[in-house]
Amino acid sequence: MVKRLAEKLILAIETSCDETAAAIIAEGKIILSNIVSSQVDFHRKFGGVVPEIASRKHVELINPVIAEACSQARVALKDLTALVVTLGPGLMGALLVGLAAAKSLSYATGLPLIGVNHLEGHIYANFLEHTDLKPPFISLVVSGGHTCLIYMEDHGRYELLGETLDDAAGEAFDKIAGFLKLGYPGGPIIDDLSKQGDPRAIKFPRAMLKTEDYDFSLSGLKTAVLNHVTRLKERGEEIPLPDLCASFQAAIIDVQIHKTLRAAKERGVDKVVLGGGVAANSSLRERFRQEMEKVGMRLFYPSIPLCTDNAAMIACAGYYRWLKGERISLDANVDPNLPLCGG
Amino acid sequence: MPHSTFKVVTHSPEETKELARRLASLLHAGDVISLTGDLGAGKTCFTQGLGEALGIKRRITSPTFNLIKEYKNTLPLYHFDLYRLDSPLEMLDLGYEEYFFGGGITVIEWGDKVVSLLPSNYLEISFKRLLDENVRELRIFPHGPRWEKATEEWIKPEE
Repeated sequence: MVKRLAEKLILAIETSCDETAAAIIAEGKIILSNIVSSQVDFHRKFGGVVPEIASRKHVELINPVIAEACSQARVALKDLTALVVTLGPGLMGALLVGLAAAKSLSYATGLPLIGVNHLEGHIYANFLEHTDLKPPFISLVVSGGHTCLIYMEDHGRYELLGETLDDAAGEAFDKIAGFLKLGYPGGPIIDDLSKQGDPRAIKFPRAMLKTEDYDFSLSGLKTAVLNHVTRLKERGEEIPLPDLCASFQAAIIDVQIHKTLRAAKERGVDKVVLGGGVAANSSLRERFRQEMEKVGMRLFYPSIPLCTDNAAMIACAGYYRWLKGERISLDANVDPNLPLCGG
Repeated sequence: MPHSTFKVVTHSPEETKELARRLASLLHAGDVISLTGDLGAGKTCFTQGLGEALGIKRRITSPTFNLIKEYKNTLPLYHFDLYRLDSPLEMLDLGYEEYFFGGGITVIEWGDKVVSLLPSNYLEISFKRLLDENVRELRIFPHGPRWEKATEEWIKPEE
């Protein structure tokens, strides 16, 4: 117990979209608990149906999730060093629940409160596991709601180089899987089917591969896949699912690798950091690993549970802001469009 | 049921956006537009054109994951996407009333999932992907007197 008192313990709350999450980490990297409301364990313990959507449901889940985070970590509120909360981007109503909980805890305990950006959290998931990782680097954050290419110069210093002009990467996976009636979430299903497929079987467009910017566009690819499938159906032909999935996935990954590498070269960095739910895709990881190896760059990505939305990554991002003395006041507000900047 | 329906065929994303731009000048605070129809048929593209013409500088991207994206503007735009919604009850949980009556324009992709919650005056546009790669068929259903009048103004000059 003596040791525990000396540790810097951070409790973080994350409610930017579907997940109600809370976590406690020690010394900025040791995960003592990482509770996400959709986790099977949490379901079993608290029962009931947790809807995927519905910001007001965060209200019902937030207290049990925080209590479980404390209990699993064997930490009492009085042992904590600081509180961290996601301020955006995300769904207004959902973000507000997390912030209200964090403010109440801060007011009741007198603990300092730190606000972080959700995208920053996805990058910091890497600092939890790769203790040798140091900025500057290029980070690609790919998830259901985001596709962003970011230059991280130092802790808390970011430059958004490019992002999607239409659909996010994870969304494209979900919509194609939905259209093919493969199930939800689409990412892991398409990833699995792709393993038996030929990524060169069908030529899908690589949108914006040749443009000078760092932006992405996926709606054209989505339409190309839909049209391809519709044409096969009209002709009464069978849909070659593994080839289709592998070719679709390859079209997304090709552009992402190309633009990420170009950004790394332009900024003169030798490290690339992946984050977000789509960073769990096995083909994306493997292709990035191969391409980075060829040019002598180092690749980092989080373990799969830390790719998807969680609060441990928010705690980690908050820890570095806490070190710099950053605090937010009790009248701070959320921002559904919170930009990733600063520095 | 609406009195009259209109059909417009567009041949490129740019044409879909242009149609939306022409609609923008007819919009008032509190207007609700429901976009329905096929995946990848141009609902977000249409909203991008609308936002542009309303003077929104920020990039309008798909709100599928977030469910709602808000764009601050003289006439704010509330961009809903109910693709992931399973039941209209979840719409209640989103606090949608604050947007519908929030002094801006509400665009709802997959609005047919919450027909019972839509106001009596709203514009419905149904998108269909045709086999020819870029061609889209838009069917326009004005609901309520507000839209019966405004739709004629919107579509007529081009017919």
